[in-house]
Amino acid sequence: MSDILIEAKDLAVHFPIGGALFGEKPVVRACEGINIQIDKGSFFGLVGESGSGKTTLGRAMLKAAPITHGEVTFTDGEVTYDLSGLKGPELKDYRKRTQLIFQDPYAALSPRMTVRDIIAEPLEVMKLTSSREETDEKVREIAAKCRLNLEHLRRFPHAFSGGQRQRISIARALVSDPHFIVADESVAALDVSIQADVLNLLNSIQQERGITFLFISHDLSVIAHTCDHVAVMYLGQIVESAPTSKLFSETSHPYTKALLSAIPSLDPDDKGKAQKLEGEIPSPINPPPGCRFNTRCPFAQERCRTEIPEWREVSSDHQVACHFAEELA
Amino acid sequence: MTKPLISVKDLTLQFKTDEGLVTAVNNVSFDIAPGEILGLVGESGSGKSVTAKSLMMLNPDNSVYGENSKITLNVDDQEIDVIGMRRARDQKVIRGGAISMIFQEPMASFAPALTIGDQMVEQLMIHSDMTAREAKEISIEMLTRVGIPEPSQRFGQYAFEFSGGMRQRAMIAMALSTKPKLLIADEPTTALDVTIQAQVIELMRDLVEEFHMSILFITHDLGVIAQTVDRVAVMYLGNLVETGTVRQVINSPAHPYTRGLLNSLPKLDDLEAELRPIPGDIPSPLDRPSGCVFHPRCVESGNIAETCRSVIPEYSMDDANHQVSCHLATQGDQA
Repeated sequence: MSDILIEAKDLAVHFPIGGALFGEKPVVRACEGINIQIDKGSFFGLVGESGSGKTTLGRAMLKAAPITHGEVTFTDGEVTYDLSGLKGPELKDYRKRTQLIFQDPYAALSPRMTVRDIIAEPLEVMKLTSSREETDEKVREIAAKCRLNLEHLRRFPHAFSGGQRQRISIARALVSDPHFIVADESVAALDVSIQADVLNLLNSIQQERGITFLFISHDLSVIAHTCDHVAVMYLGQIVESAPTSKLFSETSHPYTKALLSAIPSLDPDDKGKAQKLEGEIPSPINPPPGCRFNTRCPFAQERCRTEIPEWREVSSDHQVACHFAEELA
Repeated sequence: MTKPLISVKDLTLQFKTDEGLVTAVNNVSFDIAPGEILGLVGESGSGKSVTAKSLMMLNPDNSVYGENSKITLNVDDQEIDVIGMRRARDQKVIRGGAISMIFQEPMASFAPALTIGDQMVEQLMIHSDMTAREAKEISIEMLTRVGIPEPSQRFGQYAFEFSGGMRQRAMIAMALSTKPKLLIADEPTTALDVTIQAQVIELMRDLVEEFHMSILFITHDLGVIAQTVDRVAVMYLGNLVETGTVRQVINSPAHPYTRGLLNSLPKLDDLEAELRPIPGDIPSPLDRPSGCVFHPRCVESGNIAETCRSVIPEYSMDDANHQVSCHLATQGDQA
């Protein structure tokens, strides 16, 4: 078994909202009871609808969202960090080892900085290089890897297309040599022909440098093509987690099934075959009791409405949170 | 053969900008038959939204229509020349009358300070001689029809109180309440989650049958196209590169760009398949390539590359249903 780079145990992230004057303040339960392990050098996919808490989870793993409960442990070579108590020089060191790539390449790049300055900024802020020449050298090297040429480095972001901007964001994330990168919907804003290009780039970087990726997306077909392990999130909880091929061949959770069948098929003769999921995702302020999916689940029974399903292993490396996973598989 | 509901001929549209005339749509022709769903596919910047907006003359004041451009709308045995209508007063017939439109971002398309009900009633009263009470009745009936629970209560709420999927349903209800002949749907499901998208697509398919109207469905998602439309038109940089029935275009694409789009899609039934992106980026519309607009990114031109660079390909007419504008398709056999 390979080494675990980062692990979350019973992780919860709550955000307080408004204030009731008396009694308990209402909270948004963005993530609750999360257990995941990400192996070193893996491409870990996290999929779910909007409002399922996938971005919050990704940020909590970077200590960019408050950890309300539970623990996140990061083990990289000789260092082990427990994220909830991390501060001072240790936190700074953790920041050097991790990076984030954002969804919208139009909003993520400062319009007033040249591409060279954008890519060099992490190096300067973290004081990773000792001279300007060294910085330039590193920037050029990483830019070439992301297929940006010298001419590009002198320009400002407005002169670039969406795909090129996303490559600039990737170059900026890679320049500090991180070991763990959270890519949050990094291809969602791109056209399909460009999206494939960026996915291939991420894949080749991952193989070349052995970086561990947490790849967040709402698009299961993109996840299926890039990741080796997938976790499915619904309303703040992970409902199923398995190696990619297993998730598709032995789908166990009814939500994963519905998500799979809702992807429009490219075959025009498949019209109307999708298994329809009624209703919408409930509010995370007041999640339904029992299994959180019970309000939309076509197989829900009395037990699902009262008893919270246990997070359990159905076969090796394949976990699911559903009372009836075996019967439904 | 019955007359098409709307017929677009040689539509060319340019925008006056500080950098000169920018061609957004170039010589585009297509028909939509009554009751037909036509899909318009293309990447961002391909001119699909601009094409759709010209059917309702919704493009901004700096737009210049080509001399030969003609859009003819056939309703109630009348032929309406759409581009000829310059005054807003005349355009009422098309805007919200014969044609309705739903937009991509349902939050941005409702006025935030008016209730959903007020907005529905307002447009109904403009387009018909209903009283406010009748308009309200019809609006609530439409909200029920698109599957909004507790419609009479929802009628009095504001857009922010609706979820994304509900907003898009309300948008569809509003667009259909005037009983248009043609519905233009500009990326109606792009902002929605897949499970909600599946619900909205099914709703739209049901409504087409019930109201017997045509839809111009704009999207960049070929999966949605395959599940929704009857015929497809593929656009690239303002040009129509291929049209055909959905089966022809998806199962046997004739243009290298269409093939490229299909190859770059991640497919669920073959996880190991390599994703093959189309090389390069979409060129700027200020700097349109010579000859075939797709030639700088085309990987298939091979030994006729010189022709592609210099000669604008004809729109092949050999098969009435499946048309393509590519030198390879027309002379590929001899080359």
